[in-house]
Amino acid sequence: MLSNAWIIPLLPLLAFVTIIFFTRRHERLSSLVSIGAICFSWVLSLVVIISVLKNPVTSEFEFTWLNLIGLQVRMGILIDSLTAIMLFVVCTVSSLVHIYSVGYMTGDPRFSRFFSFLSLFSFSMLGLVLANNFLGIFVFWELVGLTSYLLIGFWFEKKTASDAGKKAFITTRTGDLGFIIGILIITTAAGTFNFREIFHAVEAGHIPIGLLTLGAIFLFAGAVGKSAQFPLHVWLPDAMEGPTPVSALIHAATMVAAGVYLVARTMTIYLAAENAALVVASIGCITAFLAASIGLVQNDIKRVLAYSTISQLGYMIMVLGLGGYTAGTFHLYTHAFFKALLFLGAGSVIHAMHTNDIWEMGGLYPKMKVTAVTFIIASLSIAGIFPLSGFWSKDEILTVAGHFHNPIFLIVGILVAGMTAFYMFRLCFVTFFGPPRDQHKFDHAHESPKVMTVPLMILAFLSIFAGWVGIPWLKHGYSSFVYHHEPHHAEPNFILMIVSTLVALTGIYLAYAMYYKKSISPEKLKEKFAFPYKVLYNKYYFDELYHAIIINPVMKLSDFLFGKVDVGVVDWLVNGTGRFTVLLSDAKQWFDSRIVDGTVNGIASVTGRAGSGLRRIQTGQLQNYAFVVFFGLVIIILLKLS
Amino acid sequence: MIGLNHYLTLSTFLFCIGIFGVLTRRNAIGILMSIELMFNAVNINFVAFSKFVTPTALVGQIFAIFVITIAAAEATVGLAIVLLIYRNFKGINVDNINIMKW
Repeated sequence: MLSNAWIIPLLPLLAFVTIIFFTRRHERLSSLVSIGAICFSWVLSLVVIISVLKNPVTSEFEFTWLNLIGLQVRMGILIDSLTAIMLFVVCTVSSLVHIYSVGYMTGDPRFSRFFSFLSLFSFSMLGLVLANNFLGIFVFWELVGLTSYLLIGFWFEKKTASDAGKKAFITTRTGDLGFIIGILIITTAAGTFNFREIFHAVEAGHIPIGLLTLGAIFLFAGAVGKSAQFPLHVWLPDAMEGPTPVSALIHAATMVAAGVYLVARTMTIYLAAENAALVVASIGCITAFLAASIGLVQNDIKRVLAYSTISQLGYMIMVLGLGGYTAGTFHLYTHAFFKALLFLGAGSVIHAMHTNDIWEMGGLYPKMKVTAVTFIIASLSIAGIFPLSGFWSKDEILTVAGHFHNPIFLIVGILVAGMTAFYMFRLCFVTFFGPPRDQHKFDHAHESPKVMTVPLMILAFLSIFAGWVGIPWLKHGYSSFVYHHEPHHAEPNFILMIVSTLVALTGIYLAYAMYYKKSISPEKLKEKFAFPYKVLYNKYYFDELYHAIIINPVMKLSDFLFGKVDVGVVDWLVNGTGRFTVLLSDAKQWFDSRIVDGTVNGIASVTGRAGSGLRRIQTGQLQNYAFVVFFGLVIIILLKLS
Repeated sequence: MIGLNHYLTLSTFLFCIGIFGVLTRRNAIGILMSIELMFNAVNINFVAFSKFVTPTALVGQIFAIFVITIAAAEATVGLAIVLLIYRNFKGINVDNINIMKW
């Protein structure tokens, strides 16, 4: 039965094809096709989970795709608990985003195409998590990158949007370069593309540790790109130019989780190559802190959420680098729900207020109760307040970080938790409470239609309860389902729980004091810490740095190549060929008129002159003719006689 | 004695003189006369052969009579043509008859 799991990604693919070729003109039908496909896949993903719960073995189904001499490539699907969880997360968030988009994208001239792209993305992401070998995962990795580009630049008439799409694709592609190198190193060392075979080889010690470490680091480069880790994090904030459902689906819950999924899937490699794992953990840690700090001062609601995503992904990557397979994937699972909820809620606010700037909002609570309440629930979850989902998953992360011999990860983790609570509630207080800052916009604001608020409510439910499967006191909780090597029971660390809750509450209180009660003035703080504020507001000047050291030189090189090579050499050659051809035709023309025509005319004139000459024989005098006859007769006789 | 060869030589000479006359005389009647000379040369040839080769069968002589008859008829026609030429060209100098000249 599980061997038919390939149907799960197939349905959205069929939806994509159907919409593009058949139902493009019919908006309602297209959205129904798309929603129908992903919802059916969701049901099938539930079947997969139940199946894996009942029978916790890893299943693999393959077929030979390429059979050449010396190379045999098999493609297939791998189903274990990680796959089951990922399928569930992707299908759930994707279905809810699909339904939400019906409300958000009404009136858009390319409505059907949006749904076709959503379906294509769902197909790509589902294929990615089902893949059983590096080649398969790479194909879907790139497909996911493509659909991300298409969706970010959906409103491509806006230059910022098309630029953002390009930036996303190019930045992730840069990471993919490392990914490819990593794949090549590992698969050449192990002799196969297949995950399980590679992991057996790694565990049996067939692969030299140096090569393994190098390969693992390069593989991680792909995750750095796709999951927007430092230093390739620059594309994710810009990707907010895309429609908000896109931000919710791709850049919060699923595509960016692909990098985390990759590290989790190849955990065997990282456990064996400790130095590579340390690199992973460090980058995750840096990213978590960096992004949270930038998010403290941003004024665009989606940008704050984007940096929050980068920071949370940093958490996941960090804990995976420290060996916390269960913790990292658990946080991926809970984060998908509350982050998607945050983005969809933000979309609801943007839809109502027609602005992204939080300083043009304010006092929206009474006007948009459902949006506000669900947004606050998600904020509580991400801040890690007991007993919502985020509390359990964040706690797992901190517990694993605490086990590491160097306390730096735990300290940074706790700091980031505080920062997260602060900036999320800064967002809540400024957007939903206090006096409205733009009266005109405020007057036009209204709650979103049911098709948008119902997904919010479902996600709020999940943000509260979905994490309860990971409560440490459960006998058969998350840690008995998704594990590496052995199921284990999470031990609850009460001290850590209390500390993290205190830190979160501190963050929330600070936000309350600064932005609701106004007992601490944000403006005064801005003045006092003018330089740090400037650095944070400008995102540590990363974009400017990259612009200076990479983009500008490349552009200059392109201009030079264009001027000197393209125009100078290539065009010169092309024009030269043209000139040469003209020269050749002139010569031919000369030849044609002088020689060819000359010959023809010459023959004619020779004939004419010969005729003029020969006609003199016709004297008209019979005696001459008679003479010729007689003469000829004499010749014949002479010839006959001799 | 006078043998066949002598007669044949005579006839050849006469024939050649006749041809010469046909080819070079300007007067049309002169050309006709030369043609008559050629006929007579031929007659001598026939009779000579008849006499010396088949003395009993008088084939050659009979043929010579035919030739004379034909010559007479032909002379008639020729003179008629000369008459017409005289009417059209005001003279019988064949050098002037070159309408078919290029």
